[in-house]
Amino acid sequence: MADTLPTLPGTTTEPAPAPAATRPTTLSRVLAHPLVWPVLALVVLLVVNVVANPSFLEVRLQDGHLFGSLVDIVRNSAPILLVATGMTLVIATRGIDLSVGAIAAIAAAIACTQIFDSAAQGGVGTAVLACTTALAVCVALGLWNGFLVSVLGIQPIIATLVLMVAGRGLAMLVTDGQITTVTNDTFSALASGFFLTLPIAFIIAVGVYALTALLTRRSALGMLIEAVGINPEASRLAGVRARTIIWTVYVFSGLCAGVAGLVVAANTNSVNANSLGLWIELDAILAVVIGGTSLAGGRFSLTGTLVGALFIATLARTIPNIGIPVEANYLFKALVVVLVCLLQSPRARAALRSRLTVRSSKGATA
Amino acid sequence: MSTATARTTPGTAGAGSRPTAWDRVRTYTPASQYLPVIATTALFLGMFGVGGARYDGFTDPQVFLSLLLDNSFLIVLAVGMTFVILTGGIDLSVGSNLALSTVIAAKTLEMGWSPYLTVATVLMVGTTLGIAMGLLIHYFDIQPFIATLAGMFLARGLCYLISVDSIPIADETFQSWAFSTTTLPGGYYLGRTAIVAVATVAVAAFVLARTRFGRTVYAIGGNESSALLMGLRVGFTKVGVYAISGFCAAFGGILFSLYTLSGYSLNAVGMELDAIAAVVIGGTLLTGGRGFVVGSFVGVLVLGVIQTFISFDGTLSSWWTRISIGVLVLVFVVVQRLMTRRAS
Repeated sequence: MADTLPTLPGTTTEPAPAPAATRPTTLSRVLAHPLVWPVLALVVLLVVNVVANPSFLEVRLQDGHLFGSLVDIVRNSAPILLVATGMTLVIATRGIDLSVGAIAAIAAAIACTQIFDSAAQGGVGTAVLACTTALAVCVALGLWNGFLVSVLGIQPIIATLVLMVAGRGLAMLVTDGQITTVTNDTFSALASGFFLTLPIAFIIAVGVYALTALLTRRSALGMLIEAVGINPEASRLAGVRARTIIWTVYVFSGLCAGVAGLVVAANTNSVNANSLGLWIELDAILAVVIGGTSLAGGRFSLTGTLVGALFIATLARTIPNIGIPVEANYLFKALVVVLVCLLQSPRARAALRSRLTVRSSKGATA
Repeated sequence: MSTATARTTPGTAGAGSRPTAWDRVRTYTPASQYLPVIATTALFLGMFGVGGARYDGFTDPQVFLSLLLDNSFLIVLAVGMTFVILTGGIDLSVGSNLALSTVIAAKTLEMGWSPYLTVATVLMVGTTLGIAMGLLIHYFDIQPFIATLAGMFLARGLCYLISVDSIPIADETFQSWAFSTTTLPGGYYLGRTAIVAVATVAVAAFVLARTRFGRTVYAIGGNESSALLMGLRVGFTKVGVYAISGFCAAFGGILFSLYTLSGYSLNAVGMELDAIAAVVIGGTLLTGGRGFVVGSFVGVLVLGVIQTFISFDGTLSSWWTRISIGVLVLVFVVVQRLMTRRAS
């Protein structure tokens, strides 16, 4: 009887248990790994690039920095990786944060306006102070989102929609509707600087990512987040502070979005509150989904998110590289979303599997 | 009824045992499902009143008629979105779908197609996109959020593929549609597109309230599993609401292209948020199952009044629109939450 009902979220994305009798071969074990498809897709993209442009993989050292398409890709993937890291944890609690684009815009607006208004516009201290202020505001915005979700119990998608709608208005309020341009070497180094031959933006993103991975996978935090994602009420009864954890992930997401906003603004040394970080929330969600984290919550893969973010950045680079107009990027993203979702959809998988087993084996039992 | 009478009798100092007409008015409480719509309407009237008190000419009926004309496309979008949200889903693709429709309309007219063929093509493309998303959502259990996100990217990408630049519409039939107005008594005039939008609301309200399809929409939003066990056509209806939303987006796109007489791939960025906001402000429950298309209509009018306020004031900047929409959504969502919490 239960079979006729739509499957419950959380139970749907489990990989099918392998038949107990047969020992899985190395190949089948590798193929069953959730990261195989994202990594394979990334490799395919890289191969396409190399075919289109044989010098694609070339990385050369120039003026003490690394240069090349690959370096550009990792540099451009920084904002999305940052946002996606925070988003992964939010999604793991069965939530979603739509406001990250708006928060990024607000962070950039605050930082740029403050640098612009400062007496010493080029000073190191000015940049540090401006960025700190911006991030503090982002923490406050994250607290606000967390309050709506964990205390008032509003659906995450709606709770964060409020800030998604209002946030850009707030950012415009800060910049007074102007495109604020700043000249501050410390600030622009956030995006274009290099440290130990690597882009600083990427170092920041990987730093945040590594710290998150360490915190969630080397302590009980990750497990607690997953527990809350599976059943907040049950985990609360089991002694997990579900409310605090939910609150924390939204604050963290807001903070990550703020850093991403600063990096994006530093890239152009300016902020346009209307377009900065536009649709970055959707890209981040896409990266998380590509990485194999289920939107139903309760399970997350930070490694998958890293691959997903790199995939999206590579895709953005591939489109012009193979001679398709840049604008078609959206079209390919759409195809990727559909393909990934179909691959993850239990029903599509079941249909595929039954077709394969019918053809290849006779001893298969249900 | 009798208990209500008994309760009111002592207060009405010797009025007898029968309730007077005034008692009946005084003790009348509307059915709880109409409360959000009534609240939204009261909000709209209140804002209109405040505007009338503050600014000269705000309460001129022509302002209200312009409100309808300026928001005709959003009204149509909100109608489609209401269907989707009533089933507990969401459609993020409507803004991009609308932009795609304007681009297709402008491009085909530029190529010399008959305007009727253009309209038919646009409606067909939009509806097909909606159906495709509905199929993904229902038959592959893909979350509406993600499936329509893909639809959003797809439509936007197609826009850019067709044309990156804005294409003007020079077609005479389209121009005559765009400028045709109906003169009302008193010298006021109303654009035909606004009439079409209001008619869409009426048709949608009828479908939701009086047809089997409409009842199924509410049933799915109430509890999909129950609807399935009751033998309702859940699959057909779920795909149907996304088809309706896609159709409405394409239809809104035609109204939009009549409004601006051009097609542009950057049209309506973020308009899906406005549509969702209008539905929320109109009192439809985001978890599905409760709400009215008329509420969404009034929700759009509330958003429109905010805009009118800002243009009448002159000192406020346009970004206050977004901030006030956000605040309104917040208020309505919190109130909804408190009401449902008390109910459960």
